Amino acid sequence: MKDLKLRRYHAPVWSEPVIMTMGQKGERGIRVPGVDEEIANRVGQARSLIPDGMRRKEQPRLPELSQPHVLRHYLRLSQQTLGMETGIDISEGTCTMKYSPKVNEQIARSPQVLEVHPLQDEETIQGILEIVYRFDQLLQEISGMDGFSFQPGGGSHATYTNACVFRKYHDLRGELEQRREIITTVFSHPCNAATAATAGFDVITLMPDENGYPDLEALKAVVSERTAGLMMTNPEDTGIYNPRIDEFVRTVHDAGGLCFYDQANANGILGIARAREAGFDACHFNLHKTFSSPHGCEGPACGAYGVRGELTALLPVPVVTFDGEKYHLDDHRSRSIGKIRSFLGNLQCVVKAYAWTMSMGAEGLVQVAETSVLNNNYLEKMLLEIKGVTKPYAEGKTRLDQVRYSLEKLKNETGIGTVEVQRRMVDFGIQSYWMSHHPWIVPEPFTPEPCETYSKEDCEYWAAVIRQACEEAYANPDTIVNAPHHQTVARMRSIEDVDDPEKWAMTWRAFQRKSKHHKSDGSRQR
Amino acid sequence: MKKKPFIHPYIPNSAPAIREAMLRRIGVRDVEALFVEIPERLRFRGTMKLPAPIVSEYELRRHVEQILGKNRTCREYLNFRGAGCWQHYVPAVVDEVVNRSEFLTAYCGASYSDLGKYQTRFEFYSQMGELLNMDVVTEPIYDWGTAAGYAIRMAARMTGRNEVLLPRVIDPERLSVIKNLCQPPTMASHIAVRHMDCDRQTGCLDLEDLKAKISSKTAAVYVENPSYLGLIEDQGDEIGNIAHEKGALFIVGVDPISLGVLKPPADYGADIACGDVQPLGTHMQCGGSLSGFMAFRDEEIYVAECPLMMYSIVETENEGEFAFAEVLAERTSYGLRDKGKDWVGTASGLWTIGAAVYLALMGPQGMREVGEVIIQKCHYAMHLLSELKGVKIVFSGSPFKEFVVNFDESGRSVSDINKALLEHGIFGGKDITQEFPAYGQSAMYCVTEIHTKEDIQRLVSALKEVLP
Amino acid sequence: MKRKKLGLIVTPIAGIGGRVGLKGSDGPEILKRALELGAVPESPRRAVEALRRLEPARESIEVVTYPDEMGESEARECGFAPTVIGRVRARETTAEDTESAAREMMRFGVALIVFAGGDGTARNIYNAVGDRWPALGIPAGVKIHSAVYATSPANAGELALKYLRQAGSIPLRDAEVMDIDERAFRENRVSAELYGYLKVPYERNRVQSAKAGSATGDAVAMDEIACDVINKMEDDTLYVIGPGTTTQAIMEKLEFQGTLLGVDVIQGKRSIGSDVNESQLLKFAEDRRARIIVTIIGGQGYIFGRGNQQISARVIKKVGKENIMVVATENKLLTLFGKDLLVDTGDPEIDDMLSGYVRVTTGLHRSIVCKVTR
Repeated sequence: MKDLKLRRYHAPVWSEPVIMTMGQKGERGIRVPGVDEEIANRVGQARSLIPDGMRRKEQPRLPELSQPHVLRHYLRLSQQTLGMETGIDISEGTCTMKYSPKVNEQIARSPQVLEVHPLQDEETIQGILEIVYRFDQLLQEISGMDGFSFQPGGGSHATYTNACVFRKYHDLRGELEQRREIITTVFSHPCNAATAATAGFDVITLMPDENGYPDLEALKAVVSERTAGLMMTNPEDTGIYNPRIDEFVRTVHDAGGLCFYDQANANGILGIARAREAGFDACHFNLHKTFSSPHGCEGPACGAYGVRGELTALLPVPVVTFDGEKYHLDDHRSRSIGKIRSFLGNLQCVVKAYAWTMSMGAEGLVQVAETSVLNNNYLEKMLLEIKGVTKPYAEGKTRLDQVRYSLEKLKNETGIGTVEVQRRMVDFGIQSYWMSHHPWIVPEPFTPEPCETYSKEDCEYWAAVIRQACEEAYANPDTIVNAPHHQTVARMRSIEDVDDPEKWAMTWRAFQRKSKHHKSDGSRQR
Repeated sequence: MKKKPFIHPYIPNSAPAIREAMLRRIGVRDVEALFVEIPERLRFRGTMKLPAPIVSEYELRRHVEQILGKNRTCREYLNFRGAGCWQHYVPAVVDEVVNRSEFLTAYCGASYSDLGKYQTRFEFYSQMGELLNMDVVTEPIYDWGTAAGYAIRMAARMTGRNEVLLPRVIDPERLSVIKNLCQPPTMASHIAVRHMDCDRQTGCLDLEDLKAKISSKTAAVYVENPSYLGLIEDQGDEIGNIAHEKGALFIVGVDPISLGVLKPPADYGADIACGDVQPLGTHMQCGGSLSGFMAFRDEEIYVAECPLMMYSIVETENEGEFAFAEVLAERTSYGLRDKGKDWVGTASGLWTIGAAVYLALMGPQGMREVGEVIIQKCHYAMHLLSELKGVKIVFSGSPFKEFVVNFDESGRSVSDINKALLEHGIFGGKDITQEFPAYGQSAMYCVTEIHTKEDIQRLVSALKEVLP
Repeated sequence: MKRKKLGLIVTPIAGIGGRVGLKGSDGPEILKRALELGAVPESPRRAVEALRRLEPARESIEVVTYPDEMGESEARECGFAPTVIGRVRARETTAEDTESAAREMMRFGVALIVFAGGDGTARNIYNAVGDRWPALGIPAGVKIHSAVYATSPANAGELALKYLRQAGSIPLRDAEVMDIDERAFRENRVSAELYGYLKVPYERNRVQSAKAGSATGDAVAMDEIACDVINKMEDDTLYVIGPGTTTQAIMEKLEFQGTLLGVDVIQGKRSIGSDVNESQLLKFAEDRRARIIVTIIGGQGYIFGRGNQQISARVIKKVGKENIMVVATENKLLTLFGKDLLVDTGDPEIDDMLSGYVRVTTGLHRSIVCKVTR
């Protein structure tokens, strides 16, 4: 890491206005197919086909631009988006920002995926059904579960599906009124608690013990005949693997509850440790994280949800089945929870995940886990050599695929903390790092995740950027305090305005209304 | 224990020499040592029985494409199915933009580094705001059903009431999603779903039934416009009035591609609007492009109660320059709360981007034209089908892009008819016989701007052959 | 541009004893002893640390302070040209000076009063302003029980800066001022009363919520907690409502006049006792089932023994551990940074009984499991 040169990065600056202020009246970006004369003669004017009271009177004030101008505008905006592929996105911990193979993108863009309607007759979608079925089989083997659903549109959606499944399970046994509580931990993904709450459960959160592990004694203190289940992430976002996870599961099982394994952080344990051996009844994988489907500006995504044994009957419908010759959609499952989303799910994610998994094989998946853990420990070594960076909890214990660090020492010694460092690192072409989910138990946190598609040099560059920022905090605080310097825009002037109902504006029209001192092009009225 | 190295193009550090160097730096002998915290009893020591890896890109591609090749598409077949996922034209520029690496792979980068992403989203909210005539538009969530369910839960929290009125005629899939969100009856914060009948003639809402069922326990009245079975609801004002008189919220689910010609729900009293972004420039992708939005007035209580993400425009230190930041409004409290907050997560961001481009290309004229073309073509198809022997148009109300035909008189079931149509290379209308037995052997046909006159006439000819 | 006024009060004696092994510093003899042992007044140094965070905004802030080491010298050291008001009578400043200073700053119309000191200083500020004026503490004392202090001097400075800049949108929370009997403290007995509540700017991190939705503020959290508690109330049970703002929210939700600093009793959603003492509680619990609802008082995480001694060991024994409910906002719990909750009823047996794990209700249908120790 010694002679690493930091790039002289600068984000593109197009000063591109908001499109609502662009264009000229009468311009067209695209022409729509017209109607044949015969059709017009037959049915009459469109307005006559709309009931009087429902006709739109005023045209919506959408911008009017010609086609090349629309393209130009959005290409510029895309250039002003760092995204993940041009940078070293080790930064977004818990998100597993791995390379999304382009071949899979191209495959998924074929008409056989794009131009398919979900309600087509089964015999016309055998291809995609086969992929769904095969991938279900693959995930069963990887996790040890007995059946998967790809209906959930993301990780939290999968945990919500799980809460619904637990709910249905106990309802079918007549115990739902009694079993109202779901237990989770504070370092699990907050969606575990939030989705359980949305599903109607009382949520009990366990605080970690002094070493940062989920507290088994605390669990034992609250488990009872009112327990519906346990929903937890392991390893947690701190990167610490809970070595007593099976005891957690046993404790809840003994009380009659079910156990769900949030595997958002599966990247470090593929082929190394499975949900089954730990005793879990259900688990999920984020196909848009661990299984390489692209993140897409936060979607579309897929939270593949898997269950064991009798819970398979409760999975959302329809389920893809195979009779030896043909694939079918089974809609008639009386104990199913019904649907948590229309149709079958974001199947394009399944196609990409399938392709990726087939490219890896069992050996490759283990390699993925080993490399991400190797990368993470390598990065840790370098980061902990930086003054101001510490790694709280689990002293002396090896972490898996990510670590939650703390810049508390930096903050105490320089007054500069994680918010400032995050703002500064983007000046080197590095995506802003993920700090922590709510709540911030670890003070001044940051959580990188160097998954397996990053190289040794990538890890070193990333660490060098953090080192630079921390050194600036000690020696030359002005630079970091006034960061970012090389971004598309300057610092936001009054970010607190977003919490002020008088000042916030979620649309351009709201903005115009509230800032009467602005001219329509956004510049200030004198 | 030296394993044979598995070099993979997606794993830079798979070369043994590099791994050795890294292990040395960490201070361990091998990678196994890094898993020391996982107790042996939890270790998976077997080999996962997965197919051998297809490492060459070429072979991988062939493998997957060969399986996908078993699909038939709506390019080869003439498609008349809709019901929640509709076939509309996707402009080339939209595809160009959503396939840009930056948009495709961005995730949770912050305001500065991913400015373009946030600005594009803001442009989506702004353009949708114009279509809907509302000042706050949220970042969408998984699908329409989820958005509607969230809106209903919001209404329950805001009013402190536990009942909601939905049309009896509603997409069963959407209903299932909503019901899950409303929780089963045994749960304390259960929201009871009651159904309002539709007028048997027009297909629109039966106002008398609404009046009979609404009470001081109703948190919200939810209708869809166009309705699930395609009809333009023209009683919006009255429904809104009835709801508001009882202190309930008025929630309307809309099809955004209709808003160039149809009145936006805000103009007939809707408090919350929701719907699917899918028609605005997304490929059907077997149902993989759904995206449920929500919109409402710019009032603190709505912003505070809405669980979805919202972003506000913020000025920077340069005059006339803007950035965008998330609105973290505090929840306000109203009455005795017995419903907790909802969750939000990774959902459908890329379609927000695509829809922004779509709306920018279409502009006000394009949105008007596409609405007009759709409704004219739909009515044309309806007229032609009504002339066929054995075919009846079920409702007298005016459809937008979907209409229901009944085949009882033909003596053939929809299932049979659709099978026969398949042989003609046509996906006939959705069979709604099981969903709504009261309408007999009926199917819902979807006609959009992508259907030419010839396409529609081809359908008619095929039906002529298929029907006795 | 109009400058924002910041009131600054430094009590140089605070913290002086800690360094040299003495606890607290009230009283001239202790002070003398501390100075003899070579103690250096801590408060000024901490105040400077805090003020450094305000230096970037020097042009737009008018520091209003008292002479010399009560604030003037610290402000000048950081490059401010302070407005000096008041007079100090002796070289060694006293509690009266602190109180006068606070009162005068209120009259002067400062936006916020920052003070460097310990529990004693907090009490003085409270005496002067009550809950009528926003104030924020720069920690500089020994062990601090009051919850009115920021987590560090740097954070105090930052928070003050934010508050001055964004006056409308930084909420104020009610923070406990504890009255510690200093003499008892030095004899290793802690005796703490809940003295009152100051209005303190809320130290809140902007949490990344891209994947989980926004966090809840205190007012809403307390309301949710109140709803949760009330939903579960049974008519035939007596409820002992301990002091504190979170428990007070329950009283308010039921539309009762509760005693913020004292213990109230309700049953069947009727108020049957206000600001009761131990013997009254024992009498109430005599013939019917009772439940105790307490919250965390002070900055150290105590649920019994600080500010709610009326709910004595005897009362707890009578009511029974299984009938104790602890409520607290998540934000309050997080200020403990994972440290255990504490009990000190004066009876080791009861303290042991209370130790273990407790479910703290933090919202509607939400609770966090915390460890309780003596």
